[in-house]
Amino acid sequence: MDKVLLDYGSGGRASHRFVADLFFKHLGNDILARMDDAAVLSLTGPVAMSTDSFVVDPIFFPGGDIGSLAVHGTVNDVAMMGARPLYLTCGFILEEGLPMDDLARIVASMGEAARAARVRIVAGDTKVVPRGAADKIFINTTGIGEIMVDPAPSGHRAAVGDVVLVSGNMGDHGLAILSTRAGLSFDAPVVSDSASLGGLVGKLLAAVPGVHVLRDPTRGGLATTLNEIAGQSNVGIEINEADIPVDPAVAGGCSILGLDPLYLANEGKFLCILPEPQAQAALAVLRADPLGSGAVAIGRVTAEHAGKVAMVTPLGGKRLLGMLEGEQLPRIC
Amino acid sequence: MNSFDAFKDPKLCRALLDRLLAEADQPLRFMEVCGTHTVSIFQSGLRSLLPATITHVTGPGCPVCVTHESEVACFLELAKRDDVIIATFGDLMRVPGPKGKSLKTAQADGARVEIVYSPIDALAVAAANPGRTVVFLGVGFETTAPAVAATIRLAREQNLKNFRVLCFHKLVPPALEALLADPETNIDAFILPGHVSAIIGAAPYAFLADRYHVPSVITGFEPLDILSALLEIVAMRKSGQPAVVNAYTRVVADSGNPVARAVMDEVFVPVDALWRGLGLLPGSGLVIREAFADFDAMRLPGVTLPDAPPLAGCRCGEVLKGKMAPNECPLFDKACTPATPVGPCMVSTEGGCAAFYKYKLDL
Repeated sequence: MDKVLLDYGSGGRASHRFVADLFFKHLGNDILARMDDAAVLSLTGPVAMSTDSFVVDPIFFPGGDIGSLAVHGTVNDVAMMGARPLYLTCGFILEEGLPMDDLARIVASMGEAARAARVRIVAGDTKVVPRGAADKIFINTTGIGEIMVDPAPSGHRAAVGDVVLVSGNMGDHGLAILSTRAGLSFDAPVVSDSASLGGLVGKLLAAVPGVHVLRDPTRGGLATTLNEIAGQSNVGIEINEADIPVDPAVAGGCSILGLDPLYLANEGKFLCILPEPQAQAALAVLRADPLGSGAVAIGRVTAEHAGKVAMVTPLGGKRLLGMLEGEQLPRIC
Repeated sequence: MNSFDAFKDPKLCRALLDRLLAEADQPLRFMEVCGTHTVSIFQSGLRSLLPATITHVTGPGCPVCVTHESEVACFLELAKRDDVIIATFGDLMRVPGPKGKSLKTAQADGARVEIVYSPIDALAVAAANPGRTVVFLGVGFETTAPAVAATIRLAREQNLKNFRVLCFHKLVPPALEALLADPETNIDAFILPGHVSAIIGAAPYAFLADRYHVPSVITGFEPLDILSALLEIVAMRKSGQPAVVNAYTRVVADSGNPVARAVMDEVFVPVDALWRGLGLLPGSGLVIREAFADFDAMRLPGVTLPDAPPLAGCRCGEVLKGKMAPNECPLFDKACTPATPVGPCMVSTEGGCAAFYKYKLDL
């Protein structure tokens, strides 16, 4: 059995064996093991819920794969609402002929990522489609978590005078994917930052519950995320170009490929917008964790130019930092 | 700090900026005619720091933007042919022609279009598709023309029978002359393109100072390059001694690149050419010489430059001449955005309208 066959999605015996052999082995837990039509969960208080589909090409990339990314992406979206991620569902669409070794690697990586993020995968589904009807493997995950603070952070809560923090270097994931796809390698390796941020967000909110906004700058990158927040909160955001952390290898790769790291996806970083008096405490918590060791303040929220993001350049000039324009870089997550 | 970083060093730039603030006491409208300069001036924030006396005008420096409506109509017709594959640089894909059609829409209608990063890559497309004619769209200034000429020579060496170039190359100095000859354009000085000058050198610009008394500086693309060029221009205006100065000697030899020019001269010959917004300019374009006729897509049966009406409502022509700022166009940020460009200046990332849209904060 070295390739995925159409039979495995049929719902019959072949499906059952396939599920038992592979999915239970790596993703199993007491809720999933009940094999009922739906998972039964106990939750208290307000919950946050999010869903995302993962179609990244290539499915294996430096720093991760589509399986770990499918866990991290959804866990992080739930965490950005100030929630402790608890449960995930996952749906697989597999292309007939996908090598079983690849699938096993991906499912094992999902299991490992879920355990590290302390979430349980409680429901799942697998379909196999004919060759050409999908590209190797697509994964959907939906996550749910209990909100830890009241009021919860939200893109609508950025307030004039707030400080904008980022948890580390920008653009690593996007460049890792694009350079792998283009078959390029750089002297210094560029590795995706894909990671679960649930634990770090928990620590941050325990120490600094008054955070206004948390958001992970995935597709569209830092620039697009800041614009979304400026629009939602109807405020201006002013950031200092010289303060934005970018790994020199990423900066170099971007200049070769004509890309701007501020528009590249991140999968293990977040933005935190909070009142200035709490900024130092937040930075101390973030920097004490390996996932936030590069945390810095990059700017602040202003009353001027509401709905827009202004960038102060190293020369001291000011210009617009707009949303991602034109075609989205294809299938980056 | 590497040598490139030195040219954007904030402290050095600040010092030059302070000098410029002190010395630029007369109004100065300067034009740059290179898309890379356009982007650099906006992206570095330099535009927001210039003294109030200095006005930056973006000229016809983006080759995609000056490609004429008739030329677009011509390659869109070619793209319709079943036996043709169009090979092109990516930024021509969305350039609008008659009725809003573009290579993108042609592709959706079934045309075969391959994006290449170098004209030489188009030869590989031709070799892989012996049953079809691969037509490379030769668009660009003196910077790109030598590489296209070398590709045509290589195609002949390889005895490729199914490779042709639709040659719409344009030359920068005749366009500058046309701008200055137009009494409505009001330009006090030019910042001259670094890459084009690396090929042609300084001599072809001499008329700017000799005949039109317009001080002009060839310079690089970092903020420090641009600031020193502006200081040089201000000094020349004060002394009343306009000249053409090469301030980009780390890249541009005064005599340019004779090898590149020789290839260009071997394959191409100058002709009158159509520029979007500027019209027919004498001696401002290049076509393929008789000796390389077998590689000229213009000589394929049935290929012509059709009459094409200007795009309705589009004021790119006035923007390219520096008569109108992009945001003064009634279509700007309304009907015309980078996602739905009406005119070519909004298409290319180096177009004046696209730069305004992308970088200008106080619109």
